Amino acid sequence: MTAAGPAPDPAGAAVEVLDCLGQRCPLPVIALARRLPALPVGAVIRVLADDPAAANDIPAWCRLRGQEFLGATESSGGPAFDVRRAG
Amino acid sequence: MTTVPPAPEPAYLDAASAAPLHPVARQALGAALADGWVDPARLYAPARRARQLLDAARATVAEVLGVRPDEVWFTASGTAAAHAAVLGALAGRVRVGATLVRSAVEHSAVVQAGRWHAAAAAGRPRPPDRPAGASADRPAGAPADRPAVVSVPVDRRGRLDLAGWRAAVAEPGVALAALISASHEVGTVQPVAAAAQACADAGVPLYVDAAQSVGRVPVPAGWSLLSASAHKWGGPPGVGLLVVRKGTRWVSPYPEDEREGGRAPGVPNLPAIVAAAAALRAAAAEADAEAARLAPLVDRIRATVAATVPDVEVVGDPVDRLPHLVTFSCLYVDGEALLHALDRRGFAVSSGSSCTASTLRPSHVLEAMGVLSHGNVRVSLHRGTTEAQVDRFLAELPGIVAGLRAEAGAVGL
Repeated sequence: MTAAGPAPDPAGAAVEVLDCLGQRCPLPVIALARRLPALPVGAVIRVLADDPAAANDIPAWCRLRGQEFLGATESSGGPAFDVRRAG
Repeated sequence: MTTVPPAPEPAYLDAASAAPLHPVARQALGAALADGWVDPARLYAPARRARQLLDAARATVAEVLGVRPDEVWFTASGTAAAHAAVLGALAGRVRVGATLVRSAVEHSAVVQAGRWHAAAAAGRPRPPDRPAGASADRPAGAPADRPAVVSVPVDRRGRLDLAGWRAAVAEPGVALAALISASHEVGTVQPVAAAAQACADAGVPLYVDAAQSVGRVPVPAGWSLLSASAHKWGGPPGVGLLVVRKGTRWVSPYPEDEREGGRAPGVPNLPAIVAAAAALRAAAAEADAEAARLAPLVDRIRATVAATVPDVEVVGDPVDRLPHLVTFSCLYVDGEALLHALDRRGFAVSSGSSCTASTLRPSHVLEAMGVLSHGNVRVSLHRGTTEAQVDRFLAELPGIVAGLRAEAGAVGL
């Protein structure tokens, strides 16, 4: 996992990008759980993850953790998932 | 000097994959081998004895299921029965339409039969899996608004969206509707009676995959086709049931064969069928008592896992569920690693996590429910499961999960 530069989120705010490409679940979810609490409330993070389980497990993690899942999108041709820190 | 932990007594907790052979099945299998190797279709005396065995097995199954013997057919597996039910019923209704309506949580045998149907109708290679929810594979020759397969969603607990089902089966061109009686992955019992009523109102036959219910819990009436699998109720592997009610149009999707009324090609595995029928009779007779014994153990697993394992999601309906099956997912835990760790401690369980599947895709059932798919464990109990085994599992699980989380550096998240 590497933290890359800011990228635009759907709402136009800057987001941090968490590159989890090539990682098997649950590693992308673990990376997200480690990083999100370090961000300010309201900040958006984009997780790049191509494991087929990520599309299911990142929203499920958000629900279990009370974080806000903004949706799935594509970034550089790969699957990307945007999450906003709710608390 | 190293201390070797004592070898634990193994606990087989995967009855939903295959239940241990019922003692009466073992006995019947041995006895049936004496006469059961003869081809029951022939016209000499030994063949007549074999045919009597086959007829008796059919009558037994029919009695347990409350149907006529000439509605019961033996197949080579539950999967073969599911394929035959879907493809044969669709073939029987081509004049009406080509759409299969199914729940998003059907067994893969039904999902794949639907994909096969869609691809055959379109005359193209089988399409890739789609996320469950609203898939619509359309055959090339079908009208633009008539998909080959419609998948009806479920809620977070895995229960069918009945309003969506009612609307889907009422569409024109629906040839067949398919609903699993109860989820093989999470245990949620489906509203079969209400779904059957919706099908009846629309004039659409209903196929029920009852693999996890037959021999354990009653299946509501109202269906036209049903399938089941003997090794789920304590019969031997290699025997499936296909039940086609009278008045249901069914056309063989296979090359013509005279066996089993033309519904299941090939010589039936008579010794296994005799054993399967004996096991079904025994399992049905014990079903109420076993459900009353196992359901509290399942409740105990649900409550204890939620209380003693941090960050766990216990999935499936908490009340309206199968008596013997319970599923949960542990955050930050690799499902395959969890199965191996449990196996080393003598626990045989299964998982819907992607890393445990040859396709490396998570279970479509867990996806359709939107519940966590990694760190997933399904525990399913049987007549040989003891309270002590369940308690040892519950005592060891928290430490095993904590150990795996520590290894993954996923502590305090």
